[in-house]
Formats: sequence, C-alpha cells, structure tokens
Amino acid sequence: MGQAAFITAALDASQPNPKGLVAPDGSPAGKRFDVYRNNIAVSLTEALETGFPVVCKLVGEAFFKAMAGVFLRAHPPSSPVLARYGDALPGFLESFPPAASLPYLPDIARLELAMRRAYHAADPAPFDPQILAELPPERLMRAVLYLADGVQVIASPYPIHSIWRANSEADAPPPGREAECVLITRPGFDPVATPVFAATAAFVRALTEGKTLEMALTAAQNADPEFDLTATLGLLLSQQALTGLTERSDHE
Amino acid sequence: MSNTAKTLAVAGSVAAALAAHAPTSAEAQAKEKCFGVSLAGKNDCAAGPGTTCAGTSTVDYQGNAWTLVPAGTCADIELPAQADGTPREGSLEELSRDLPA
Amino acid sequence: MLDHAPNLTQLPNRPGVGFKPQHFDALMRDPGPVAWIEIHAENYMGAGGRPLAQLHALSERFAISVHGVGLSIGGEGPLDRDHLARLKHLLSWLNPASFSEHLAWSTHETGYFNDLLPLPYTEATLARVCAHIDQVQETLGRQILLENPSNYLAFAESTIPEVTFLAEIANRTGCGLLLDVNNVYVSACNQQSEPHAYLDAFPLEQVGELHLGGHDEDRDDQGARLLIDSHGAPVVDPVWALYDHVIAAGGPKPVLIEWDTDVPDWPELRAEAERAEAHMGALAQAL
Repeated sequence: MGQAAFITAALDASQPNPKGLVAPDGSPAGKRFDVYRNNIAVSLTEALETGFPVVCKLVGEAFFKAMAGVFLRAHPPSSPVLARYGDALPGFLESFPPAASLPYLPDIARLELAMRRAYHAADPAPFDPQILAELPPERLMRAVLYLADGVQVIASPYPIHSIWRANSEADAPPPGREAECVLITRPGFDPVATPVFAATAAFVRALTEGKTLEMALTAAQNADPEFDLTATLGLLLSQQALTGLTERSDHE
Repeated sequence: MSNTAKTLAVAGSVAAALAAHAPTSAEAQAKEKCFGVSLAGKNDCAAGPGTTCAGTSTVDYQGNAWTLVPAGTCADIELPAQADGTPREGSLEELSRDLPA
Repeated sequence: MLDHAPNLTQLPNRPGVGFKPQHFDALMRDPGPVAWIEIHAENYMGAGGRPLAQLHALSERFAISVHGVGLSIGGEGPLDRDHLARLKHLLSWLNPASFSEHLAWSTHETGYFNDLLPLPYTEATLARVCAHIDQVQETLGRQILLENPSNYLAFAESTIPEVTFLAEIANRTGCGLLLDVNNVYVSACNQQSEPHAYLDAFPLEQVGELHLGGHDEDRDDQGARLLIDSHGAPVVDPVWALYDHVIAAGGPKPVLIEWDTDVPDWPELRAEAERAEAHMGALAQAL
C-alpha cells in the first residue's frame, strides 16, 4: 500500500481503510487508522483556528470547524511552515456558499493573514528620519521610500477594522456600517492595525510597489485631494514603518 | 498648484512630520522588554499556528458543512442593505474620529 | 554516509524542555535544572520578529536542540529542497548543539499533513530512508539524530523489527538516534509487546538524546488500550521506570520533557525537569 492510498483514506472517512494495516492480532486496523485521520484533520483545524481567531468568533466554533474540515481537504498546507498556512482561505470563503451571508468575512481573513505576515516579517533596518530632511525638495519628490517588510494595506468595502477590533479587544465599540481601509505595521514585535483614509491606503500601497514619493502622492490625491501628507508620514514614522530611501534619477 | 509649489508643499509636509516625530530611547527599551509575550494581558495571537509532533485523542467529525449557518458574533453586525460590497457615499467621514493623525 | 564519527550530541547530560513562547520570561528568570531547550525548526523559519529574537536570546543562555517535524524523511517522493534550504539557513544562523528528525513521513506530493505518519519496515523503505538521510546530512553538513515513532498500527508487509530497522539506518548513514521513551511505552502497549525487550535491543551507544512526555488513553475496536502520544500530560510512572532502565544501561543522556498540548504553567513543567534530574542523580549515587 502506497502513501497516496494512505492519504486518500485518511482525508475521507467515507473511504475504506487501506488494506494491509493491522492491529496486533492481525485484524484490520479499524479505529487505529482513525488516530491518523484525527491527527491530520484536528491539528490542521486547530492551526486554522489559531490563525483566524476573529473569523472563528464571527461564525462560531461549530461552523468554523466544519468549514475548516472542507478547507483543509481542498487546501492542505503547501509547506511545513504552518505560520504561513491559510493564504487560500480568503478566496475559499468567497466561494463557500454557507458563508455568503457574511460578505466581509474574506476581508477579515485577509486582515488576520496580514497581521500574521507582519508578525513574522523581517526586522526593519534602523532608519534616521533626518535623511529625509537633508534632501533638497526636488530630489525628495523623486525619492523612493522603503517600507518595513510587514507593512501592508487592506482596502475593504466593509468596516473590517471595527469588526476585527470588536472581536479582538474587550470594550471596543460596536462596528459601524462604513467602508474601511487598514494599515498594518509592526513597531517592535507586535503588529498594529490602524484604520486609515482611502487616500492614505493608496499612498502606502504605492510605496509598497516601489513608486516614488511624487507618484505615491499623485495616487493619494487621486483618491482624495485633501490628502494629508504630514499626518501620513507622521503615522509611518511613529509605526517604524520607514526603513530607508533611494533616489531615482528618471521618471518611469 | 504649480510643480514648484507642490514640491515645496511636500518638503514642508516632510519637515512638519519630522518635527512632530521625536523618537526616544524608550522605543528601544520597550523592544527589550517585549521579548516575552505577556504584554499587559495581550496574548500573542498574531503569531499564528505552529507545528506539532504530538497526536490527539480528539475525534474529527466530518459533518456536512454545506448545511450550516454561521452562529457567532457576526449576528451583532448590521451591514448596509447593499451587501454586494458597494461602499456608501461619504462613507469615510465617521471614520475620521478614530484616526490617530 | 558521514565519513567520520562525530560526537552524537553537544547537548549536556542534563534535562531540557520543549520551548513554549509563553514560558519565555519564566524560563529566563527561573530555569531550575533546565540546561537546554528544544524548538521545532518549522516554527522559526520566518524572516524576523519575536520568534527569532526570543530564540537568539535563549541561545545566549541555553544549549539549543533543533527538532524538525517537516522533512518527511520517510516520504515516497524526493525531499522538499526548498524546505531543506530553509533548514540549512536556520542551522547556519543558530549553530545548535543538535538537530533531530523523525522516522516518519508527512508530505505527499505538494501537501503537508502535519502528522508523523507510519512506515512499513521493509528493505525498500530502509533504502529510501537511508538515501534521504544521506542527502540531509550532506546538505546540512552535520550528523542528525533520528527518532523512533509512536505506533498505533502495524503494516502487514513489514519484515524487519523496528529496532533492527533503526540500528541499520544508523549503521548505513552514520546518523545518531533519538530515543523517545514515551514512544517506546506507547508503541509497546499499542502493539501488545514488551518495552524492556525493545530497549534491551536498542543500540544505546548510538543515542544522543532521550525524550519523555505524556500520553492520552483510548480504546481500539476490540476494547484494548490504545495510547495516543499527545504530549499533553505528566510523564507516567511506567515511563519513568523505563527511563531509569535506559540510563542504568546506557548512562545519563540529555533528556527532554515534551509538553505540547494543554501546556501547563512554567513551575509544573520545571518540576518534570527536576524529576528527570533527580532520576539521573539517583543513578549516580547507586553507582
């Protein structure tokens, strides 16, 4: 009996146990094979619960476990580094009919994944903000600001930050109904999720894509002419999100 | 705004942001202390799952997930009628109260 | 095969514990007899952040054993080269006292199934496992220790006793062995065999590390005891007795307390390490 047959049977309890697996008296392994079925399904379900605590709270544990049972069989981890497990969950939730009544659920899963990525991201290089002050204005516009490894933005048509917060913090206000964008940073070791304006999200997204300050500014002002660069840079500095800059001589 | 004016405005914004940002050594000190995970009651849930080399005696019930209805805290959340994801006009105004800047 | 006979381990002949991040502060403040810690390699393969910062701080104070759970050494397919590269990167950075893995498989094609799955003990499996261990040791540039599994069932096609199988792997590849005493007890109970006979046949001179841990108890279809290697409870007295038997026969070894589910507060885990140390002390007095 090969390992393909073992896995097929382990993932589907309606399949017969593989032949050739035996108890000490030579009888078929029966419940002994179920130990492996349980180890795989329960450990991966627990991994998903650990990785998506807010999704789990939103849908309730019974729903989450059943959903995880479907997900883990369709999308088992692609590597033993389980800290990365669940990248496929937002897409899965988008097409999982029982969750269709919660359209914000995929974006909540994206937010939880982003927090986890930030937690394990590379430590930022020390950055002296005075470098920014020393650049002449026209060179500043052509500069590309580097962001720390874990800095991400999520723009959602749903109030994902307040939903996430109401399910993560005691005494958080109940979620409203409005669209929210979230900036994820990691000052020190603990990821932080901050609600930001759509223009701020556009600015940070442009920086994560390696755009110049001028291009990022254009992207932000297209989203909102009243974009506040001072406040946004202040936020990025206070969150230790800036790690360096380079100057680009040509426009792309 | 002309390009020059825009450039100067940006330089002004950068200077203002830098002036407001006063890093202290407290940041570095906090980093030392935060090696542990018990930060004022905060647990380390952002760490995500880890591996195991242990087995479990918990039984996996492969139930019919397709018939289930979510029954968690989602019941407390009211969303706008247009649940197709269309953001409402002027939707960011209320949010500004929570912004740190 | 390794072309020289290295030391089996640089871990001290003292107790160690499986490291849990929630114990970091207590462990640094009050390690008791704990002289080394063991981590799962796969949980330290991120780019940075608290896990690697904690590990670095721990490595300045304790000897470190890196325990892999994801290489799938018994897998039918080739080893995952990306994973092997991640492992090499971690070991180069950390330079731990020991690296160990399992006689098991966990990956099939591109899926990782997060469990240590069993192998039939045949000549074909032996050849495949040895080839994989050769590849691992060559890539990592170091000797590895291979751990005996917990068995819940047997393969009708097996032709080689497990102890002979492990000893032959060590002979052919030059790897050392990690003897998990709780796994010996669990397997013996589940297979209705005699754990002392297993231990008396085990090549203790090849053993670089011992594991102790707790298990759960269940029943099979016939109502026979079926022990589950859950690492979620204290070490039971029969396992302590087998541990005494091992160190009396093979001398003291680095010994790990594994507690991975329902993890207790630090004092309870430290108390298990103290007990392991006391058993070593009692042996030294008896000699």
